[in-house]
Amino acid sequence: MNWSDQLLESLRNNDVDLTIYVPDEVLTPLIRGAEDDPNMEAFPASREEEAVGIAAGAALGGRRSVVLMQSSGYGNSVNALASLAVPYQLPILMIIGERGVLGEFNPVQVPISRAIRPSLDAMGIPHRTLEREDEVAAVADRMMLQCFRTQLPAVLFINALLTGGKNDR
Amino acid sequence: MASPRDDLAIMSRKDLTARMVGKLNREEAVVAGIGNTNFDLLDAGHRPQNFYMLGSMGLAAPIALGVALAQPNRKVFGLEGDGSILMNLGTLTTIAAQAPGNLTIIIWDNGLYQITGKQETATSSVTDIVAVAAGCGIPNSAWATDENHFESLVETAINTPGPHFIAARVDDASATARPERNPVLWKDRFMVGIGSKPVQS
Repeated sequence: MNWSDQLLESLRNNDVDLTIYVPDEVLTPLIRGAEDDPNMEAFPASREEEAVGIAAGAALGGRRSVVLMQSSGYGNSVNALASLAVPYQLPILMIIGERGVLGEFNPVQVPISRAIRPSLDAMGIPHRTLEREDEVAAVADRMMLQCFRTQLPAVLFINALLTGGKNDR
Repeated sequence: MASPRDDLAIMSRKDLTARMVGKLNREEAVVAGIGNTNFDLLDAGHRPQNFYMLGSMGLAAPIALGVALAQPNRKVFGLEGDGSILMNLGTLTTIAAQAPGNLTIIIWDNGLYQITGKQETATSSVTDIVAVAAGCGIPNSAWATDENHFESLVETAINTPGPHFIAARVDDASATARPERNPVLWKDRFMVGIGSKPVQS
């Protein structure tokens, strides 16, 4: 199974039936898969912090969701994580398509890609980076389980080694 | 440029909050934004279905949308100030596109970033927030012209499919109540109040 189908299966295994995304090219197979899944509700948010807010509300209402975004958009979500998700102990599951690494062509993508892990570490938000297809299901299943059981946010990075990254065309 | 807002009565936010709460008798969820908005909600009498935001300015409407999507059989109200909704206007487009029938957004518009020192917002001069909501695609968007009209708009929101958007011009009286600064306490109370978490014995 390819990486996006494995992630969709992990989401199903963990009773996630709501996908809130801010579009990202490398995550497109995952976004499309979520939209095509009849048991998944999927729609775009206008901004990453809004997506975190919607996911927080869903969690409060007892519904499991996932937030998809690009690493550059992570910067737009930080206050929602720092002043809502972490202190209220809300299980915000985020899958982030990584830019700014391994073949990046656009210099503006690089600084946030360097800042993102130290920033998550500073907030105590666990994260794992998926680089190989044979590790996706095991890591994703466990990260999702941990997120929902510990009631804390968690991040899965989807690396260019897994997706092929974005080409400058 | 003149706005319809210019001719509206300026009402008491505390009084309108209490009037809204007085209309809720089906365990409707209320998500109240940062500052005086949630202080006045607490002042109207704590309800187990109230969620008080201690931070994350601008996210009352997205949080309310999430609750509405999780519990489609419960009416959900999101309360925001004008400064807060201006921080996240894009969420009005998301609400319009998803069109949850059980969601109502109420904006207390005093034209001020009140709690930070009463700096004026754009709604104090040029921006009509109801026109913004309607333009984003929420057709049931209205200004409350007086207290009785506000109550009738809340009744309509409770009794008819939404999404609904209600704005009221309000004063800048400082709220007196303060929710305890304990995020997890309010999360747990809210989740128990709306049945998404069992009561722990």
